[in-house]
Amino acid sequence: MSTKHANPSLFDRKIALEAAKQAFVKFSPRVLARNPVIFVTAVVAALVTAMWLRDLFIGNGVALFSGQIAAWLWFTVLFANFAEAVAEGRGKAQADALRRTRTDTIARRLLQPDQRNDLFEKVPAPDLREGDIVMVSANEVIPADGEIIEGIASVNESAITGESAPVIRESGGDRSAVTGGTTVLSDWIKVKITAAPGHSFLDRMIALVEGAERQKTPNELALSILLAGMTLIFLFVVVSLWGIAGYSATVLSVTVLAALLVTLIPTTIGGLLSAIGIAGMDRLIRFNVIATSGRAVEAAGDVDTLLLDKTGTITFGNRLATDFLPVPGVSEQALAETAMLASLADETPEGRSILALAKGNYRIAEPQLGNTKAVTVPFSAVTRISGVDLGERIIRKGAVDAVLKHVKLGPNSGPPAFNEAVDRISRTGGTPLAVAENGKLIGVIHLKDVVKSGIKERFNALRNMGIKTVMVTGDNPVTAAAIASEAGVDDFIAEATPEDKLAYIRAEQAKGRLIAMCGDGTNDAPALAQADVGVAMQSGTQAAREAGNMVDLDSNPTKLIEIVEIGKQLLMTRGSLTTFSIANDVAKYFAIIPALFLVTYPELGALNVMGLASPESAILSAVIFNALIIVALIPLALKGVAYRAVAASELLRRNLLIYGLGGMIVPFIGIKVIDILVSALHLA
Amino acid sequence: MTFAGWLQIILVFAIVIAAAWPLGIAMAKLFTRAEPTGLERGLYRLAGVDAGKEQSWATYTFAMLAINFAGFVVLYLLQRLQFHLPLDPQGFSGVSEPLAFNTAMSFVTNTNWQSYGGETTMSHFVQMAGLTVQNFLSAATGIALAVAVTRAFARSEAKTLGNFWVDLTRATVYVLLPLAIVVGLAFMALGMPQTLQGSVEATTLEGARQVIALGPVASQEAIKQLGTNGGGFFNANSSHPFEGPSAWSDYLSIIAMLVVSSALPVMFGRMVGDIRQGRALLIAMLVMLIAAVGAIYWAEANGNPLLSQYGFASAANFEGKEVRFGLAMSALFAAVTTGLSCGAVNTMHASLTPLGGLVPMFLIQLGEILPGGVGSGLYGIIVMALISVFVAGLMVGRTPDYLGKKIESKEMKLAILAILILPLVILGFTAISAMLPLALSSLANAGPHGLSEILYAFSSAAGNNGSAFAGLNANTPWFNTTLGIAMALGRFAYIVPVMAIAGSLAAKKKIPQTQGSFPTHGALFIALLIGVILILGGLQYFPALALGPIVEHFAMLAGKSF
Repeated sequence: MSTKHANPSLFDRKIALEAAKQAFVKFSPRVLARNPVIFVTAVVAALVTAMWLRDLFIGNGVALFSGQIAAWLWFTVLFANFAEAVAEGRGKAQADALRRTRTDTIARRLLQPDQRNDLFEKVPAPDLREGDIVMVSANEVIPADGEIIEGIASVNESAITGESAPVIRESGGDRSAVTGGTTVLSDWIKVKITAAPGHSFLDRMIALVEGAERQKTPNELALSILLAGMTLIFLFVVVSLWGIAGYSATVLSVTVLAALLVTLIPTTIGGLLSAIGIAGMDRLIRFNVIATSGRAVEAAGDVDTLLLDKTGTITFGNRLATDFLPVPGVSEQALAETAMLASLADETPEGRSILALAKGNYRIAEPQLGNTKAVTVPFSAVTRISGVDLGERIIRKGAVDAVLKHVKLGPNSGPPAFNEAVDRISRTGGTPLAVAENGKLIGVIHLKDVVKSGIKERFNALRNMGIKTVMVTGDNPVTAAAIASEAGVDDFIAEATPEDKLAYIRAEQAKGRLIAMCGDGTNDAPALAQADVGVAMQSGTQAAREAGNMVDLDSNPTKLIEIVEIGKQLLMTRGSLTTFSIANDVAKYFAIIPALFLVTYPELGALNVMGLASPESAILSAVIFNALIIVALIPLALKGVAYRAVAASELLRRNLLIYGLGGMIVPFIGIKVIDILVSALHLA
Repeated sequence: MTFAGWLQIILVFAIVIAAAWPLGIAMAKLFTRAEPTGLERGLYRLAGVDAGKEQSWATYTFAMLAINFAGFVVLYLLQRLQFHLPLDPQGFSGVSEPLAFNTAMSFVTNTNWQSYGGETTMSHFVQMAGLTVQNFLSAATGIALAVAVTRAFARSEAKTLGNFWVDLTRATVYVLLPLAIVVGLAFMALGMPQTLQGSVEATTLEGARQVIALGPVASQEAIKQLGTNGGGFFNANSSHPFEGPSAWSDYLSIIAMLVVSSALPVMFGRMVGDIRQGRALLIAMLVMLIAAVGAIYWAEANGNPLLSQYGFASAANFEGKEVRFGLAMSALFAAVTTGLSCGAVNTMHASLTPLGGLVPMFLIQLGEILPGGVGSGLYGIIVMALISVFVAGLMVGRTPDYLGKKIESKEMKLAILAILILPLVILGFTAISAMLPLALSSLANAGPHGLSEILYAFSSAAGNNGSAFAGLNANTPWFNTTLGIAMALGRFAYIVPVMAIAGSLAAKKKIPQTQGSFPTHGALFIALLIGVILILGGLQYFPALALGPIVEHFAMLAGKSF
């Protein structure tokens, strides 16, 4: 993770101040109406305020009580607004960081791009349109997202990715996309603008985290309906209670009924719902991943198949030497030494890994060739061998058949031990490299695609979460199978073409599965678009970035796993707080119901298990608890509930215990404590 | 509470499960069979039904509403015109308009609330051709709907839910009719009358003349229990010596009530291809039901402390109970008849102790799902399962699904619409009645007990139960009309959104279950489902119950009665 998107502390002073201001702005009815639970709370608060004014006016002695209830009901709304504003504030802070990458540069727009001359006019970047072609030279900022159509340049993308090492961008191929706000360090490029300023994926993201374009995601919508339904049910309960109480000659005031209603309706989750959604997006950005819709983040939680590129995600991407297998009569030590000599001038990762293995496992010091006449034989595509001539010693290494030819043997005609070793290596997906000295085979080097450490455990964790991992590789099926089993993936696609990927995704989707994948090339674009969650690499082509619904600024394909976790965490936070909110109601009944009917039915005092001081203080305490719990839970809403990669039933048991059972117990304690304070301060 | 008492209770459940399991599996086979039998074919040809043509949820629901509406009209007219019709040995006159409306709605909705005394109001013809026919039809309607909802989970990307006429015919001809014949014959053997004669007169030992009502009791009694109808031939229902002649017939009545509703979850499990899913629903239902039996039994055995004060040897509450059946069987009957939407009674619920009376009332308010009415219990608990799974699904970080069907905003909207009906109707009508002098004049008791009577009546009507908290004179225009409306809303306003959910789910692709989706067949899900049902129900009715039975209980402990 880059330092740029550092995590601001939960209640950053600046953000909190701005949020406090916004919390008042959000009292506008248009904003309130978007959240049914909080809207009802506001309407009820207004009603109680009117009651308070009446009580003041006629002086019936309950104005202190109704005034306090009204105030706390308004606080409930305010706290809910504040929660949303804090989340938005944090999102805005992120957006500002992103926005800083865009500068109002002057672009050099080519006037006659077809004429192959370089006539240009200077225009401000915001005036560029899609399809314009601009020229960018060293030390200039790229004015907008685009595709290189001519030239090659090294580009500093640290403004976006936080990664300071420059990257090469060139026309054609998979590295032709450039991002607005990044700087060309050397050479020049001609860039075709693909997104007018203000419409790039960055802009879309900024709009999303700022909340301006926030639409309810499908799941958020379904939950809102449930919450609205609960609100309606409690409305029936409270209104009918007025009539039912009338039967026992008890007249319940609007104030107490309003208090009962607001404590029963799910204000806790209702007030935190949008904050949870915004915080989920925010967590993703902090993770240097940009989603173009909230829906994508939610879908990430549902993903049940991950398509992972082998190279870079599962393996390091280079074949590394892991074993020296000598022919009979040659010691491993001797083979290691010879192989080392053959690789001294080999600067490929394979060559360096041979040196490293010989030095590390066989403790062979790097030989000094100062006074020996050494002639290196470089690798050529024709002979497919390389090596070194050290005086008398003629050492060669290379592909098995090429080395066999070099020692004048036919295919498969090496010594049995040699053939066996070669076979074994091929069978397990490795690459055998034969070594010969002075026209004699002396052994085989085992080159292997090394699986990243810890990846197997991660795949196990994913399996426990019910997510299937599929490795995608261009390797042949034998090699692919070997690596797949070593890495512990559930399935693999060998010799994969972009069409294969697309076909696989479609087949899995037909079975009802949700697929996530990452990709960077233009030929990945169809698959990225087809996948439910398509994560394009920032280093990839513009086409790929447009096709996916997320962009990883760090271009790290392993992140797919974390993206899934962030999606799950988002849903879990919603579910847990909903459970908590509803479980809270039990205690509120025990506080309010005996208080309402103490005069008519003193017997109901038996239900006052908390031993609350007086009916007024019981009702007031329940209302205060109901308001304060929103504030208390803001950090949890922003951070999300802890996610652990365990089976769903285990996760459910845990969350039910914490938020279900906890949700029942906490308010009993909370209301009691507030009641002690309220009666100590003689507020009721 | 005694060991023998508990033994009786446990034995009933053992027999029910042993009978329900094979019945459920046989029903799964019956409703998935593609080819109609010869008998069916004849019936379909007679009715002009194309049995091979499946219906969308809307067509299916419309067919159901149409036949039920027709049934309502016929039953209304039969009652109004019974003096023109045959088999009226007592020479009863036509039933009054509000009562005929109430009774027709009551039998069409499987409620079988009776504002009338059967033996003194209805002719044999109305009892047999009207009431008993509706007993079959309303029960078969419930089964058909449950089958359609089950298919929504069994099928993937389907546009249709089956053919209503086929399901209705099969439920009647192959499930209810054979069972009713067997149980009816058993009831006759156990001493229930079955005759077309009118009342007989007898001279009692004191020399007084007594009219003893008789009629086709056993045949109506069998379907009354099997179809969770509950409408008795006699006013006293199953506590009448002819409706409950012996402890054995009482035992058989309880088993007959439970068996079809308990078999339906088994059928559900079998049809969706995972019997454990049905088993989980059944366990959840029965665990709650047995707990309720225990609660009533405990409350009644503990009885009323006032009794001890007056020198009784035991405080146990025997008021309103048949000594022939005892406390255990009375508690069992009371819980079962309200956990189901049956409503037959062998004990007077108004005479239960306050807490003992709270339990049946609360069981009805939970939505008649333990195990609920024939069919309605299954689709009722499925709605609760959808809501449980929605919250639970979120808690494990997935868009929730039940049996591979994603639950999205559309289903949520419809599920909410369905569960809104009951509290709206029950609390709404109770509140209005509690304020209305016109309604209050029907009350026999003052104080919280009177409120319980009203609350129970509307719960019973909206929940389509039909049992009563005696003491309320419901045969008034106000109660006949409002209770009739409550019954209609409780049945049909609930069914339509449920069928819409079924239609929407059937069209969805069945997604495969993984480790990430949490299992809906284990103990955890059962516990969750029970928790959601109890908390949701409790939150809705706690205030009303607090002012009725709960305050009455505390008052009783303080030595005050109403």
